[in-house]
Amino acid sequence: MSANDNQTYVGFDTITQQMERKFLKRGFNFNVILVGESGMGKSTLVNSIFSSHLVDSQGRRTAQEVIRKTTEISPVTQTLEENGVRVKLTIIDTPGFGDQCNNEGCWVPVIKYIKDQHAAYLERELKPQRDRVISDTRVHACLYFLNPGNRGLRPLDVEVLKRLTEVTNVIPVIAKSDSMTVDERTVFKRRIKEELAFHRISVYPYASDEDDDEDRALNASIKELVPFAVVGSEEIIEIDGKSIRGRRHGWGVINIFDEGHSDFVHLRNFLLRTHLSDLVEVTAQRHYEQFRTSQLRQIKEMRAQQAAAAAAGQSGMPAPSVPLPHQPTMAQA
Amino acid sequence: MRQNNVADSGAIKKKMNGYVGFSNYPNQVHRRSIKRGFNFTLMVVGESGLGKSTLINTLFESKVYPGRDDSAAVGAVEHPNGVEISSVTADIQENGIKLKLSVVDTPGFGDSINNEESWKPIVENVESRFDAYLAQENRVNRSKIVDNRVNALLYFIKPTGHRLRAIDIEFMKNLHTRVNLIPVIAKSDTLTPREVEQFKANVLADINYHGIQIFKPVSDEYDDPETIADNKDIAGKIPFAVIGSESFVERADGTKVRGRQYPWGIIEVENEQHNDFVRLRQMLLRTHMEELRDTTDVALYESYRTQKLLAMGHVQDAAVFREFNPRVQQEEEARAHYAKMQKLEAEMSAVFQQKVQEKEAKLKQSEEELHSRHKEMKAAMEAQRTALEEQKRRAQAAMPVPGTAEPMYQTQPRKDKKKLFGGF
Repeated sequence: MSANDNQTYVGFDTITQQMERKFLKRGFNFNVILVGESGMGKSTLVNSIFSSHLVDSQGRRTAQEVIRKTTEISPVTQTLEENGVRVKLTIIDTPGFGDQCNNEGCWVPVIKYIKDQHAAYLERELKPQRDRVISDTRVHACLYFLNPGNRGLRPLDVEVLKRLTEVTNVIPVIAKSDSMTVDERTVFKRRIKEELAFHRISVYPYASDEDDDEDRALNASIKELVPFAVVGSEEIIEIDGKSIRGRRHGWGVINIFDEGHSDFVHLRNFLLRTHLSDLVEVTAQRHYEQFRTSQLRQIKEMRAQQAAAAAAGQSGMPAPSVPLPHQPTMAQA
Repeated sequence: MRQNNVADSGAIKKKMNGYVGFSNYPNQVHRRSIKRGFNFTLMVVGESGLGKSTLINTLFESKVYPGRDDSAAVGAVEHPNGVEISSVTADIQENGIKLKLSVVDTPGFGDSINNEESWKPIVENVESRFDAYLAQENRVNRSKIVDNRVNALLYFIKPTGHRLRAIDIEFMKNLHTRVNLIPVIAKSDTLTPREVEQFKANVLADINYHGIQIFKPVSDEYDDPETIADNKDIAGKIPFAVIGSESFVERADGTKVRGRQYPWGIIEVENEQHNDFVRLRQMLLRTHMEELRDTTDVALYESYRTQKLLAMGHVQDAAVFREFNPRVQQEEEARAHYAKMQKLEAEMSAVFQQKVQEKEAKLKQSEEELHSRHKEMKAAMEAQRTALEEQKRRAQAAMPVPGTAEPMYQTQPRKDKKKLFGGF
């Protein structure tokens, strides 16, 4: 359809503009969870990506403070606006993760939180009278922070990544990569990719049949960079009259926007400029649908069991509305 | 000129008139120890990837430690057995001085998911070295004693920039009374100078809060002011923030130095502005090596020995030094034996008495019970008897004597009468 042919021009190509306007009016939600030990640079990285102080570091402030015994979940919600587009951004920090001597099960609160958000959405979807727009609190992206300097994945990383990738989009990141030279970085990334393949852990972006060549090329270049070796900073430094965001050492200044210094620009573009809507979509289509299927199947089985019990003459009392059976046990999580 | 100064020990301090020559004694000791050679055992502890092997090799400027094997299979669990202890010994020589250096590595520390017991194998290893030395000391023939006690322990702290982690505190609390603990901030090139200051202050605050004793160089009154100043300088830098490198990089002016090359600059290992490596090396090798060995022998080993012997039940028995008299000893034994027998007897009779009392009480109780039951039964029987008698009386009173009653109507057969009166 050529737009300048008045007789045959229908005009449905303006739908993109209509959608854009609706989107601008409505705004959208974006939820990111940060998983990593304390001191990995999570808060600084998030503050650098969004160019504003969104989250405070949750490390211990004094010697008297006790080390957390379990992983806590602390979500912080803010509304950011840029060029008329409003985003309700929720950053979920996980202080206490991996900080104890015995880290068995430190991932359980994290998995439970992610599943709870899916469950809340499902509940609202299943209501007879639904809200017009269901507020989306599902976790769209998970930044998993790796330790620079290890040879590859640690046992804790393997355990947690296996479970996280089943419920959300996981993006592995090395936040304090200024302790690795360029060669060390290359070796480390290669090793991580090998280990991820070995353990069959699939991180975002996933390949899908709908991709065209452009998408595939973009995804390939992203996959090359995984895990992103970034440096975060909240400080603005002046060198040669220009102000840049970076870190000043005694032997040099790191500019986090310099592609030779770190993958920060690539990560930010990937997260916000190219794959933002994809992250939201994949969460809804892949992870949420998986969760929904398993939940509904469980409900069906429960109902069948109760019907069988009632038929057998026992005092089976089928509840009028079956509550969602989602309760992650240690075995599930 | 003779001066009679009474010093603290009560000895008289005298000044001499000429050169006697006993000031040459340290040189004699020096020559003898050179012939014997020295040994030094250094233990390194820290999670994998913190640069332990690189730092050791940098410290001793030779490939003492082979480091990790990068060709290991993907996906293989690195340390399935938890913490291992592996030791490497090297004989190195410098200016005619022979040093037998042992480096004990602890691969697997802090690498599992559950690291609660990570410190135990290390404590056991340190204590077993003390035990071995103790056993050698107690031998009859002590001419050849091999000393492989741990002289210093370098603990590598992850440069998070925050505070000490749970595993760090746990480890240090369990080890600080057994070794000279030297905490080191590994891979410190990830921290800016300001962050290093802050991190050091936080680490020291945590260490003080938990009462952990780390090795600190102290000066005493015999040191010259230069040494005192040096010691203070070193002490101020603890914990040392270091980097290590086995490779050389080229500086802008063409010189080659040990360092690491980044896109944003070069960090030099031996540059004091860049990191504290030089200070660590100075303290460990150049100034305080003997102090470390001495503290191990005098303070740490002795306290371990005392604790162990007391725990084994040894008492500081002054009788050991008296002469051994068998007759006196026999009499003592007989007396002790007699006293013990007496005590036993008293105990047994007490127990016997108690048992007798108990049995008596029980028997009395059962007697009472039987008594009361007997009474009850008797009462019940009486009641029954009176009831039956009453019945009998009533029956007799109701029943008219045959022939005396008024024949109002014809006498019915007996069973009808029964019915009229409601039948009994």
